Amino acid sequence: MYSRKPFYLIVAALFLVGLALMLHRHFVYEVPWLPGEKRQIWSVEAKVEFEADGRPVKASLAIPGSQPGFTLMNESAASPGYGLSFVQAEDGGSRAEWSIRSASGHQELYYKVDMMLDPFAKGPLGNMPPQVTTVEVAEPYATAMDQVLTLAEARSSDGITFTRELLKELGSGGQNAELLAQYKTSGPLLVDMLHRAGVSARLLKGLQLEDGRRRQRLVDVVQVFDGERYDIFNPATGEQGRQESLLLWEYHSAPVLDLVGASNSRVSFSMLEQEQPVNVALAKKFDQPDWINVSLYNLPLEEQALFKGILLIPIGVLAVVFLRIIVGVKTSGTFMPVLIAMAFIQTSLLTGLVGFLLIVGTGLVLRSYLSHLNLLLVARISAVIIMVIGMIGFFSIVAYQLGLTEGMKITFFPMIILAWTIERMSVLWEEEGPKEVLKQGGGSLVVAVMAFLAMNNEFIRHLTFNFLGLQLIVMAAVLVLGNYTGYRLTELKRFKPLVDELKHD
Amino acid sequence: MIKNLLAKYASPFELGRLGIMGMNRRNISYISRYNPRRLYPLVDNKLKTKQIALDAGVTVPEMVGVIEYQHQVAHLWDMVKDWPGFCIKPAKGSGGKGITVIVDHDRQNFTKPSGKAETIEDLERHVSNILAGLYSLGGKPDVALIEALINFDDVFDGFSYEGVPDTRVIVFKGFPIMAMMRLSTQASDGKANLHQGAVGVGLDINTGRAIRAVQFNQPVRHHPDTGRDLFELKVPYWEQLLNLSSSCFEMSGLGYIGTDMVLDKQKGPMLLELNARPGLAIQTANAAGLVPRLRKIEKLGRKITLTPEERVAFSRKEFATDL
Repeated sequence: MYSRKPFYLIVAALFLVGLALMLHRHFVYEVPWLPGEKRQIWSVEAKVEFEADGRPVKASLAIPGSQPGFTLMNESAASPGYGLSFVQAEDGGSRAEWSIRSASGHQELYYKVDMMLDPFAKGPLGNMPPQVTTVEVAEPYATAMDQVLTLAEARSSDGITFTRELLKELGSGGQNAELLAQYKTSGPLLVDMLHRAGVSARLLKGLQLEDGRRRQRLVDVVQVFDGERYDIFNPATGEQGRQESLLLWEYHSAPVLDLVGASNSRVSFSMLEQEQPVNVALAKKFDQPDWINVSLYNLPLEEQALFKGILLIPIGVLAVVFLRIIVGVKTSGTFMPVLIAMAFIQTSLLTGLVGFLLIVGTGLVLRSYLSHLNLLLVARISAVIIMVIGMIGFFSIVAYQLGLTEGMKITFFPMIILAWTIERMSVLWEEEGPKEVLKQGGGSLVVAVMAFLAMNNEFIRHLTFNFLGLQLIVMAAVLVLGNYTGYRLTELKRFKPLVDELKHD
Repeated sequence: MIKNLLAKYASPFELGRLGIMGMNRRNISYISRYNPRRLYPLVDNKLKTKQIALDAGVTVPEMVGVIEYQHQVAHLWDMVKDWPGFCIKPAKGSGGKGITVIVDHDRQNFTKPSGKAETIEDLERHVSNILAGLYSLGGKPDVALIEALINFDDVFDGFSYEGVPDTRVIVFKGFPIMAMMRLSTQASDGKANLHQGAVGVGLDINTGRAIRAVQFNQPVRHHPDTGRDLFELKVPYWEQLLNLSSSCFEMSGLGYIGTDMVLDKQKGPMLLELNARPGLAIQTANAAGLVPRLRKIEKLGRKITLTPEERVAFSRKEFATDL
């Protein structure tokens, strides 16, 4: 007897590689195991308005990219008559640049971005501490600042705790705090004071996301550094840390809008929250090809749809292998049930079953006449194919006339397969009688329905399409089943009388 | 409810203990292990089986003719007109599919064993179907074999209804393992397939005597149509028959085969056909599992240098049934 070791090694390898691929996709690309999970997507629109007076205009708007908490899905801009390009600025930030030779009157430019709420998102957020630049402050503000700074300094240990204490002090409503609030708005004030105390900090612009809000303004956020480490503070509320609903819009110490050749500019934002199924969201996320992230989402939509069907075939095949090897169901044609199941997916189960029975039943009646005509096999099958097409046409027209649009779906059946099924059943009928036809026909239908149920399952569809590793696991399962030497379920029944007899002896 | 359902099924452990072979074990552990794929055409094509049998000096039914091409179908009448009884077979048919037996004809009507009459056109159509591959595995084009009808031995009178009773012997590595006789009934339409309703009679390997009989998986004592006591059945020329089937191993090179033999009145045991995928019903007919016997042979080792006669002697001693 030859060694089975290589076989088990192959099976184990297939299984483990498949499993590893699936786990990788789940944990690294956070593709969920279950379908139907939703992801929040924020559509944010920036509207740039200004007055132009006939001169060439160049408008450059800071735009956000993927950042901790958000993945950029989509961006677009609308600006009739303007030249547009997305440029990468030297400091690392991206900007949308509009330009036009001459414009006059009120101008409106739009930039729209879709951001997915994504706890795993990564993105560059400058972690180089900026230079500390102290500005001269006039009295009495300088004294007030120094008093507040001293208080905060005493209660803190590093830049970040210092900022926290400082914000507490400024929010306390004390005399110094009131005075300083008149000096500058909270954001720049905080940065000024931090710089005065020698702590590196930077002013960022963020957008508070709220569903359905229009004409919103950017808010100030302060990024405070402590060496390489940083934390984000909201100077207006004193909150520490990045809030989930805060989208950073500009975080490279650049102006939000840089406008040349026009005046009276204004940037306002409107936003909308959308719930999108995970697969749609993922489709957008994985749109950019990436060699390590092999994903079908990189294909054009049409091919994706095609693959969605193709990747289900192994599941149907696995169902057939199981039902034949473990259960022992008799079918007419090995994989005919899978093809019928594929047709059921297109037609829906009930319509499919009725259509199948109708066509095969009528086909059997017509075929029994053909057998009197003494035809050669190939010609006869061809005649059956034409008959099947005729029947499909006939039933479609009748269904349509009766107003049953469902009936039109009958055209999804694979006609050659139907013709062969009719031919086989007909021969079976002549040779072994109607009982065997019912048995094999019924068996085929049962297997087809089972394969359909497996292939039509939302969960399985999700898994097969999103986890290509599953195919390897199915392969391993098929190989293991191919090695099964145990009894089939039908054999347990078949040999039952024999076992009973032998036990009595 | 579940208890009732379970009562219809045997326990797989019970089956295993009794050594009853299942389809999957047969396919993996015996057929694919002992039957080299390249030798399948020898048994799947009855024309080739006949050729190797003739080369090996094994008696086979007389050949009336072969129809290979469609244009030859018109000559069917010329071929069969001088033969009172004949049968038409697809060379690559399986499971008895496509076999038509004609017991007699009066130049107009060809009588089947059931008494149903067919015309020459019916037969021609049947041959056309065979040529087109209707009965062959995978629908491949086929040829039709026309063989003389066997004058089966009178000892089987009353044991079979309208058909040739044939003896199936499972031969493993040249050792006859288990044997049964298949008797056609009205229900099986003259065919000898157990699942179509033929009676299977388990035979003692030592003596060729009936051990028990089953129809549709249930034990029977008398032939359902003729009423004869099946337990009186004893196959004559038993040793000769076993030797013949045992020699099919050398002839075909296949380790696990079913040999179908018939007894002709004049010529004695004849090889009808070989089967590289013999069914499992023989276990029900014998009320015994195949696995222990196969194991016993496998234990003899890989290289066995025994003549067919010595192997038959071994089997008759080891697999004899006490009655």
